[in-house]
Amino acid sequence: MNETLTATHEARPMNEENGKTIFGFWIYLMTDLIMFAALFATYAVLHDNTFGGPGPEQLFDLNGVLFETLVLLTSSFTCGLAMLAARNGNKNQTMGWFIATFVLGTGFLALEAAEFVRLIASGSGPQASAFLSAFFTLVGTHGLHIMVGLLWMFVSLVQIKRKGLTPFVNSKLSRLALFWHFLDLVWIFIFTIVYLMGIAI
Amino acid sequence: MEHFLLGNLTWDALPHQWFTIGGTSALILGGAVTAFLLTRYKLWGWLWRDWLTSTDPKKIGIMYIVVAAVMFFRGGLDAIMIWLQQAMASGSGGYLDASHFQQIFTAHGDIMVFFVTMGFFFGLMNLIVPLQIGARDLAFPFLNSLGFWLYVAGAILINMFFAVGGQFAAAGWLSLPPLSEAVYSPGAGMDYWIWSLQISGLGSLLGGINFLVTIFKMRAPGMKLFDMPLFTWTSLSSMVLVVSVFPILTVTIFLLWLDRFFGMHFFTTDFGGNPMMYVNLIWMWGHPEVYILVIPAFGIFSEVVSTFSHKRTFGYVSMVMASLGVMVIACLVWLHHFFTMGAGADVNIVFGISTMLIAIPVGVQVFNWIATMWHGRIEFKTPMYWFLGFISTFTFGGMAGVLLADPAADYQLHNTLFLVAHFHTMIVGGALFGIFAGITYWFPKITGFTLDEKWGRRAFWLWLIGFFASFTPLYILGAMGANRRIDHYDAATGYQPFFIMALAGVCIIALGVVAQVIQVYVSIRDRKQNMVGGDPWNGRTLEWATHSPVPFYSFASTPVVRGRDAFWEMKQSGRHNSQTDLVPGGNYEDVELSKNTGMAIYLSAFVFLFGFAMVWHILWLAAIGLIGAIACVIMRSFDEHTEYTVSGSEIMKMELSRKLS
Amino acid sequence: MENNTQMAKQEGSGAMLKYAIGFILSVILTVAAYTLVLIHISSEHETISHPVLLAAILTLAVTQLVVQLIFFLHVGAGRGSGWKTLIFISTFVFVLLIVLGSIWIMNHLNYNMTPDQVSHYLQTQQGGF
Repeated sequence: MNETLTATHEARPMNEENGKTIFGFWIYLMTDLIMFAALFATYAVLHDNTFGGPGPEQLFDLNGVLFETLVLLTSSFTCGLAMLAARNGNKNQTMGWFIATFVLGTGFLALEAAEFVRLIASGSGPQASAFLSAFFTLVGTHGLHIMVGLLWMFVSLVQIKRKGLTPFVNSKLSRLALFWHFLDLVWIFIFTIVYLMGIAI
Repeated sequence: MEHFLLGNLTWDALPHQWFTIGGTSALILGGAVTAFLLTRYKLWGWLWRDWLTSTDPKKIGIMYIVVAAVMFFRGGLDAIMIWLQQAMASGSGGYLDASHFQQIFTAHGDIMVFFVTMGFFFGLMNLIVPLQIGARDLAFPFLNSLGFWLYVAGAILINMFFAVGGQFAAAGWLSLPPLSEAVYSPGAGMDYWIWSLQISGLGSLLGGINFLVTIFKMRAPGMKLFDMPLFTWTSLSSMVLVVSVFPILTVTIFLLWLDRFFGMHFFTTDFGGNPMMYVNLIWMWGHPEVYILVIPAFGIFSEVVSTFSHKRTFGYVSMVMASLGVMVIACLVWLHHFFTMGAGADVNIVFGISTMLIAIPVGVQVFNWIATMWHGRIEFKTPMYWFLGFISTFTFGGMAGVLLADPAADYQLHNTLFLVAHFHTMIVGGALFGIFAGITYWFPKITGFTLDEKWGRRAFWLWLIGFFASFTPLYILGAMGANRRIDHYDAATGYQPFFIMALAGVCIIALGVVAQVIQVYVSIRDRKQNMVGGDPWNGRTLEWATHSPVPFYSFASTPVVRGRDAFWEMKQSGRHNSQTDLVPGGNYEDVELSKNTGMAIYLSAFVFLFGFAMVWHILWLAAIGLIGAIACVIMRSFDEHTEYTVSGSEIMKMELSRKLS
Repeated sequence: MENNTQMAKQEGSGAMLKYAIGFILSVILTVAAYTLVLIHISSEHETISHPVLLAAILTLAVTQLVVQLIFFLHVGAGRGSGWKTLIFISTFVFVLLIVLGSIWIMNHLNYNMTPDQVSHYLQTQQGGF
């Protein structure tokens, strides 16, 4: 009987709840990572198959991509600051940093969209060759994730506004932050493998 | 305008062949009868409140099993049609044309793998895993309900072609390109395949994450990882594989869809596309997938053998290591499905050896099961019959597998019926017999009464004899050079007697299924005399520590574990009295349970709508489906009150009234 | 109570420092990789050989991955996060298997098989098991 008592009262329910969701979300992120791995593998296998069309070195603009990368990186940083403010219970600061992150994320997406539009307008759309199919899909899937992240951030901002920084909201925010940092992590490899290696080699 | 409204949908899509008319009428008739009965007995509310919207894993588990059973009959019908055609088609066309035959074997494979075997295992895991680890629920009850409803949406979508579309995909169960590309398979069947698998695959992924978190984070106090029952361990291995490889399936099918919908060039034969990349990717998922199907069966058999031999499992740790070993090696062998594609000797040899390695952990398990029976007091109940059937077929099929693992032999046997015989031996003799054993073993836990032994044994013998009668000829035919998926052949080949024998075999199996239906009917009819308490088999693991059927709060008081075979230990040390189903001195704490919600159904309905619209290119409907689904997710994310509390005193009252009655 | 807020503040500034370090390191690593490539192409691919450049930028990328994992995703920090690290490492190994395995297999296929042989193979298969 004593054993049962200590066992049930040992763990604090909210922490336990949070531990479960973070653990589950971490596994979800890993599945997402594997999804990107399959896309990277496809890109790696198909990147030479340009079907006589232009390859990476003709198509990519290295400076533009560096700028894009730095924008996303900064957004990852501001997202961290937002979480810090949330942990300190500072509602306005939290919202402020999340709005900054949102703006940077939108900027990143706009830059990416501009690149896509430029490529498609020059006749190098995703239908032009296997290489371009793989490029658009890999980078586009990342962009789609950013879009989901932005939608999630918007909803979270509404939740912070309406509910305040309650444990319920904070737990959701910490998952959002993980998601956002994770997307930056994936981008490192898109930047290196698709753009840098594409242009250099 | 018409294209905007209806996409590719035209009047031709409505049923006009005998099988689509038949299928649709069967669906409508079945639906009408169900609706009539529900209305007649005023059961709509009961169905909705107590079942459909439930987030209780015990109920979701039963719903999984019911859906999987329905799909099993549907997929079984396909099997009979395939064998009938092959038995008839000596020197003639048989009764099916080539295209229809292709659709049938594609449907048989997809339905049996995705909607029967996966469905049954998710059902059993839902029912048993939380109980075995002493948890009252899964980690994320809503996601569990969502996973189930996505599975249902996928199951409906893959059968929608009966009513709208008229043709199933016809490119084999994995839809290899270039045959599955828009040029060669322009019909909606392929798109149904894509979206059905995408949706149900998402459900499986959610289930996988859910079970992993549940097993890692929600074990009863005192239960260490190496105290877990073996079914929980094998479920864990299987779910690790699910979360590792289902994302690859999602990507692969997504890329195929991009090819078909947007005219991209991943797997086309022009513009630099490479169809072999699809083969590579799909098998990276596909091989682990067959282990996802069979590993949980190993766990079921471990429980069954240990319980009915009245001994603890021999070599528990090596059993765990073996199932983890199978899990790891499963990810390292995918190329053996395309040895003959021509990667060359050095690549083939690596994958050939890694494939043969699988025989080691599996062999360890086989010997452990036998050693568990050794010197045990074996009780020959039906689950034990299934186990013995399994161990003979499985060893037999495993040997055939080792044979195929040799690339040189594979060059001869690849693409022949030998292969078909091999994997059916593994999946029928392994996974399906495991499911039957599991359902028989845990049936009293679910319903409170046991399944009829006599009819169970009859079903078993019919299945076993039917199985060998139908698959042994296939091994021989394969060695004779008969291609798999052969829809007609020359009379001079001499294949026909073997195909006729196979057909006879499947008829015996069909009788076995009839015996199973009778078994369930007889058991329900005689349930009064078959009523049992919480622990009918003198069980060893925690699921037997509570009542049968399990009350909605699962355990009156949270069990405290002091080692392996936790319930056995409780009985030995007198901490649990199985006569009264009560933990002496148990304290009844308040219990938090998850509320019912219809949200998973609404969400899945929108996802279904999206999938259906994408099949027919109806973009406005797809947009509605997508926006609706997102709106559901957002609404759910605002909901803080997803749980309710049952107070300890209420539980005590319920326990006492149970004891008095 | 006051003590608590003070502690939170101290913790906060430490965490702030962590994010800042992570950010600066990431920027440096990104720009370094970019600069290497820039040097490489402006020198007509001569100053740095291909394999060296490849190794260098991949190393920089993996370093940045580790930096962000530690400073942004807090892997390896806090009680009970050992699982997080373990799961990440196993996933990463699996990722390498997917990518390198595919490259290895597909290169061998491309080397061994003519397009005609491939299309013949695929025509005789309807999706094996």
